[in-house]
Amino acid sequence: MVGTGDYLILAAALFTIGVIGVLTRRNIIIIFMSIELILNAVNINLVAFSMYWQHFTGQIYALFVITVAAAEAAVGLGIIIALFRNKETINADEIDLLKW
Amino acid sequence: MFNQYFQPNDILIIYPELLLALFAMGVMIIDLFLDRAWKVLNAFTALVGIAYAAYALYRLKSNALNLSGYNHAILNDSFAIYFQFVFLIATALVILISARYLSIEGENRGDYYALILLSLIGMNFMVMGIDLITLYIALELMAVSEYILVGYLRTNRQSNEAAMKFFLLGAFSSGILLYGISLLYGISGSTDLRVIAQRLAERPSHDPIALVAVVTLTAGLLFKIGGVPFHQWLPDAYEGAPSTITTFISVAPKAASFALILRIFIVGLKPLETSWVPVLSVVCVLTMTLGNITAISQSNIKRLLAYSSIAHAGYLLLGLIAGNEYGITGIAIYFLVYAFMNIGIWTLVVAMRRKDLIGDQIQDMAGMIYKNPGAAVLMLVFLLSLAGIPPTAGFIGKYYLFASVIQTHHYVLAVIAVLNAAISLYYYFRVVVVMFMSEKTDEEKMTLSPGVLTSLAVTLVFTLLIGIYPEPFIRFAQNSLSLFQ
Repeated sequence: MVGTGDYLILAAALFTIGVIGVLTRRNIIIIFMSIELILNAVNINLVAFSMYWQHFTGQIYALFVITVAAAEAAVGLGIIIALFRNKETINADEIDLLKW
Repeated sequence: MFNQYFQPNDILIIYPELLLALFAMGVMIIDLFLDRAWKVLNAFTALVGIAYAAYALYRLKSNALNLSGYNHAILNDSFAIYFQFVFLIATALVILISARYLSIEGENRGDYYALILLSLIGMNFMVMGIDLITLYIALELMAVSEYILVGYLRTNRQSNEAAMKFFLLGAFSSGILLYGISLLYGISGSTDLRVIAQRLAERPSHDPIALVAVVTLTAGLLFKIGGVPFHQWLPDAYEGAPSTITTFISVAPKAASFALILRIFIVGLKPLETSWVPVLSVVCVLTMTLGNITAISQSNIKRLLAYSSIAHAGYLLLGLIAGNEYGITGIAIYFLVYAFMNIGIWTLVVAMRRKDLIGDQIQDMAGMIYKNPGAAVLMLVFLLSLAGIPPTAGFIGKYYLFASVIQTHHYVLAVIAVLNAAISLYYYFRVVVVMFMSEKTDEEKMTLSPGVLTSLAVTLVFTLLIGIYPEPFIRFAQNSLSLFQ
């Protein structure tokens, strides 16, 4: 039987992988994917808690998170494309006009 | 069936936001019919929208105070209304200075104003929301609009880079914040902040899950206000963004994020006070000190002001740490003051922009007193106010914040804050020295558009007025005390 605790551990693992990915990877697309991992960890958490409390709030919240993540992805990829047009790189280390 | 989900009140409460949304759409449509020379009308449309919204908000303040709507997702208390007024004032001032700057940059389009208005709607909901779902969506509406605005100069590489960094770290911080929110929902079974507070009070005080929730929530929120150690994005975003947008994001979204922090910490996480006050105290000291010390070595005025804004976020955290009536009033009045003095100084930075000069180096201001004596004196007033010297408005704000931590016996914090205010004098006056003592490098004077002049006049009058006669403004700011009810 898979309990709420197991889902929480899975979510915590995903969250950790995402945070480490954001902090160590240098490719912007991969950083971006790591952020999506964090958001999906949150979704697992929300749905697991929704099951635990036996109401729908968490599931509705997860739907909202998915929607907002889609909007954010659209804007984020737009920004990446604008950057790529002016400077052909997606490596975070080469984006150095401003001091990090 | 229908009545179960919608009440007449619901529409009434969000009437100002509905108006703003209407005007945001309107600006984009009207823009299609305007010739290049008439694009300035977009700014007028946006200003009319803000004026209508301000009037609607004023009516709400007298008719519909403390109504909640949408099944208790939003609450229209006087705390929310106070902060909405601050946002409206700040946004109107930013729109005033935008038209000419955008035409110099060659990006004078209507979507700029539409995005500013959408961001404003997000901020309004951030201060009204008492439900974590509403708060999250509002935060994202504000943030996503800002990402686009920071990268608004599409062909400018600095603007692209700033948008990229702002976006990546903003999305990252939202993710962390959201993880904290999901845990908070998990241990309380509700997304209503007041229910969460009740449930947290029933749990043992050193609950590990609650602790993880508080840590991630704090980290996510500190990102938004640029608290150390989550401040690295801020100077880059401020430097690379179009100056008018920097003006905007240094005031209104910061105030909104702080209002959100106040709602979450003072209403929702009050029972866990013993675990977050020490953390925030350390962050507060680091933020003030690092912001001020790094600002000393900056040669770019936008970066200097960015670090000074980090330091100001540190001062503002004092009010939250105190968490009493004085502290909350202090934060509220400080943002009103900050809106005027900070927009004032940024307006001058925006006005420095010419066809052939970006005007963001401190050296560009050399000999300003000989070329533009008026602008140099205004700059002096705003810098004095930022440093917190009486009789300017900045003094009143700092006085309340510092007094609040003394009331709650955080003497060490108060001493460090005062020392920091002294450090800040050094770099503010470095700018003054360049303006007043250096020889001028060229003859060309600043040209001030009517919008810039209006903005300067308003900010100057209020920066001095709040400093000399603060009572009515403090009474206005005390509206925010409804937070405690």
